[in-house]
This record gives sequence, structure tokens and C-alpha cells, in this order.
Amino acid sequence: MLVTAAVILALPLFLPNPFYYDVVIRIGMNAIMVVGLNLLIGYAGQISLGHAGFLALGAYASGILTGRYGWPPIAAMAAGMAGVGILAYVLARPILKLKGHYLAMATLGMGIIIFIVLTQESQWTGGPDGMSVPAFSLLGRELSGEKNWYWVTGALLMLALWLALNVIDSPVGRALRALHGSEVAAQVAGVDTSHFKVLVFVLSAVIASATGSLMAHYIGFITPTVSSFFHSIELVTMVVVGGMASIFGSVVGAAILTMLPQLLSGFEGFELVAFGAILMLTMIFMPRGLVPTLAAKLRRA
Amino acid sequence: MLSQFLQFLFSGITNGSIYALAALGFSIIYNASGVINFAQGEFIMLGGMGTVIMVAAGVPLPLAILIAVLVTALVGMALEKFAVEPAGNAEVVTLIIITIGASIFIQGVVQAVFGKGQHALKPFSGDTPINIGGATILPQSLWVLGVTAVIVVLLWWFFNRTLLGKAMLATAHNPLAARLVGINTRFILLLSFVLSAVLGAIAGIIVAPITLTSYDVGIMLGLKGFVAATLGGLGNGLGAVVGGLLLGLTEAMAAGYLSSQYKDAVPFVLIILVLFFMPRGLFGARVTERV
Repeated sequence: MLVTAAVILALPLFLPNPFYYDVVIRIGMNAIMVVGLNLLIGYAGQISLGHAGFLALGAYASGILTGRYGWPPIAAMAAGMAGVGILAYVLARPILKLKGHYLAMATLGMGIIIFIVLTQESQWTGGPDGMSVPAFSLLGRELSGEKNWYWVTGALLMLALWLALNVIDSPVGRALRALHGSEVAAQVAGVDTSHFKVLVFVLSAVIASATGSLMAHYIGFITPTVSSFFHSIELVTMVVVGGMASIFGSVVGAAILTMLPQLLSGFEGFELVAFGAILMLTMIFMPRGLVPTLAAKLRRA
Repeated sequence: MLSQFLQFLFSGITNGSIYALAALGFSIIYNASGVINFAQGEFIMLGGMGTVIMVAAGVPLPLAILIAVLVTALVGMALEKFAVEPAGNAEVVTLIIITIGASIFIQGVVQAVFGKGQHALKPFSGDTPINIGGATILPQSLWVLGVTAVIVVLLWWFFNRTLLGKAMLATAHNPLAARLVGINTRFILLLSFVLSAVLGAIAGIIVAPITLTSYDVGIMLGLKGFVAATLGGLGNGLGAVVGGLLLGLTEAMAAGYLSSQYKDAVPFVLIILVLFFMPRGLFGARVTERV
């Protein structure tokens, strides 16, 4: 936690121009989202291949409520979080009854349905062409410039990390880990497994929605591709590459996967090949993810 | 009225056949290895793209089909050898990402070599629509239905009447016991990928004249095949066929009578509703989890 704080504080000294700020801000935003998703996938052991859908709902809630109805951005963001929270709560019980690949199927379906709705309801969302989103403002002051966004994102990331670490060290966190180990054993030990699964599903969805709102305001433009199947996979990959059940792994995973397209832009025409190969190789040789694997190596050395 | 219904029916079973073949591919691999192969859609794409490109280069159609199927089978084999087998007993999420990585890799190669364009394959026996009860059906649709029927019968024969097929079923039920009675389960695993790749390639070839084909055509077909396999109950061969046809029909009827805009959403709404009430699909085994 302290290390992350130090990195966030020191990083501006090394960022030469707005382009690098932009990359780091995107990493930070993805990291917030992925920390939440890791609670669900890494700690509770429940797959979701549709979380980009929640992210997109948050983004569009902000876009539509501020752009068309003139809501203050913070109220739109809160409304998005509340709406997504309720939706996630309603879906959670029947969806989380499913296991393994059936759960993967249901969450994947959920994400694709959200994608198709956002694409088709063009009178609200602007359809496949997307819509622009006004800048974020609070109490009449507009948030603009990479530097200001950097500090806001950094603070929110710290908040997300603090929240996640507290959840993990609480009775909820222990229940989740028991659940991941063996759901039946946890039940026998008196853990109300479905209650905790629902709780963490809703939490991760609300975090996703908040991140979506933030990204929408920062980038200023959203298209339905934020909710695409591929984006959901990207987010899950950040969790797994960084390391399941490793909160700091999530930050590392977000950093790697966010920078990868920039790094690969040199392989003109072969970006997809390289991206696919990297996904496969990392997962084959480090199935537990980067941070846990390296941590284990260090301990042995 | 009736002719309209017939029209939707024809289009439904044509697409449903393709979904059924994709779903069979998912089920065969799932049975042998417990892996959901998200690259199944790429087998379909490889079959279609391979044939189209060779025909365009002047290779006669039957030879082009044969080569495309063989190449796809090799890709399936490589996928098992170099991606799935080394991963061993990784977690479900890890295996999902590996097969998705493979799928992106394959798409990337095809896109880099052959570009992003859409390609069309000439129908096998002309494109004069056949009139049945006021509705029309393309000759190519009959090819799709016929080939699918033959494949389903062949698979039934293979799994019920041959030693190798029975060995595959035995491995699906209990790999350890299968090894004990002398079945080479590693070979079975490899075979399952080859078989799925061949099924996928054939599906991709017979459907290529109806829908255009391009490097990214496998994504949606693969996902819908996964829906069909889940609908019937993962690992259930009959379930995969029924699931595929049911999916094709529901999609065609919903597109025709309700909303064509939401055609692609239909399979996913259907599967979520079914899973809410039947968490293991329509024909899934009611297994109790061992602790």
C-alpha cells in the first residue's frame, strides 16, 4: 500500500509529457476496475466474462444523464452506480447459483446483451458511432488537464486498494477465501455462501460502474465497444496476468495490459498475433499470474 | 402466413445446423479434457477462409475443401500440443484465457496474411432458389442440412460402434479408469481436438457460400456454438445437436416475428433464461458435487 502511494506520488517526476500522463491515467482507471474484479474472480473464485457490461452502463449513465438531461456529473455517476448495483443484485442470485463454465456462459451472455442494447438503442446512446460526454465538474469547477486527472485517479486508486484490502482482511474476506477453496466445506462450516457471493458481485459491479463514469468523463467520448466481449476478456486477463487473489497484482496486470497495445504498435499488422501469443505464453508458463509467481521465486531465493 | 413461417423455419434449421456442428466440437473437447475451447469458432473461420482463398487461387473445389480441412485439423492438433497440454490442470479462468489467446492469435495470423476483407464462396450447386410451399430455400441450405445429417449419423456410429469411439466416451467418464484399462488418454485428448477442428472446418466450408467469410467470422459463430452446447448440457452429444437446432429456430423466429435488430441477442437471452431454471442445460447430467 505504501509502495503504491510512493509510486503514485513520485511518478509525476518522471513523466515527461501529457502523452505519458494519459497512459498512466488509463492504467490507474483500469486498475481501479480490476481491483474490484479481482475480489470476485481471485478471492471468491467466481468467473465473470461480462464485467465490461457494467463498466459501459456506468459510462452511458454518465454520458446520457449529464449530456442530455444536464445532471451534475457526480449525481449521474451515483445514479449509475445505484442502477448497476440494483441490476447486479437482481442478477446475482440466479447467476451465481451456476458453476464453472455455466457461470462463464451466463456472464458472457449478460455482457453481450448489454453490448447489443447499447448498439441498437441509438436514440439514447448514439448507436455504434457513440456519443460525446461533457467534462467532469464538481461545485461549478471543471476537472481538466492531465495533471489534475492524474491526482484524482491516483487518489481513487488508493481508495479502491484500501477498500479491497479491508474487505479481504474482514470476516467477509475470510468467508470469500473459504468459498474459493471449497464451497461445500464453507457451507458446512456455517458460511452463508450465496450471501457473500452476491455481496462481492454487487461490489465489483458498482466499482466497474464508477470506473466507467470516470473514463467517460475523462475521454469525453464513448462507444458500445467498451462493453464488447473482447473488453471483458481484456479485464479478466488483467486480473489473471497480474495474479488472482493478489490486489497489487491487479495494478501490475492493468499496467501491462494497458501498455501492451502501445508497445505492440511497432509490429504493424501483427498486433493481434503478438497479443494472442503473449496471452497464451503468460498463462501457460505463469498460470498463477505474474506477481504471485515472482513473489514465490523471491521467497525461495 | 404459412409460407412466411416456412421461410423462417428453413433459415432457422440452416443456421441451427451450423450451431449444432460448432456445439458438437465444444462438447467433444469438453468431454475429453474438461476445457471449453474458445478457439472453436476459429476452426469454422479457418475452414471457410482456407477454401475460399484456395478456390480463388485456382484450386478445384473438392481439393481445396480437403486441404482446408487438413490444415484446420493440424491447427487443432497444434492447439492441443502447444497450448492446452502444457497448461496441465490450470484453473478454469486460466484455460479460458489460453484458448482465447489462441483464438486471437489465429485471427491475427489470418488477418495479417489475407487481410480484413470479406470473401464469398460460390455455392456448390448453383443459386437457383427451390420453391417449397410458397417459401424458398437455397440449394446451399440443402447442402448444409445434408452434410450435417451425415456427420451426426457418422458421429453416432463412431461413438457407439467403434472401439476408438467407446474409448473416447470411457475417457470422458473417468480418465483414470480409462488409463487403467489400457486406453491412451493423451492420444484421445489429441484426437478430440482433431475431431473438433474437422467438424468446425466442415461447418465453415458449407456455410461460406451463404454468409460471407472473413478473419473475424469465427467470434460470433463460436460464441453461439458455446451457447448451443450449454443449452443442451455441456458434454452431451445429443444435447449439442438439439441445442444447436433449437437455437437456430428460436433466433430465426424471434428475428422474423419480434425484432430483427435484436437477432444476435436472442441466443444469449435464451441461454440465461434456461440456465436460471436448469443450471445444467436441458439434458445436462444431474451430478452431485463430491467433496
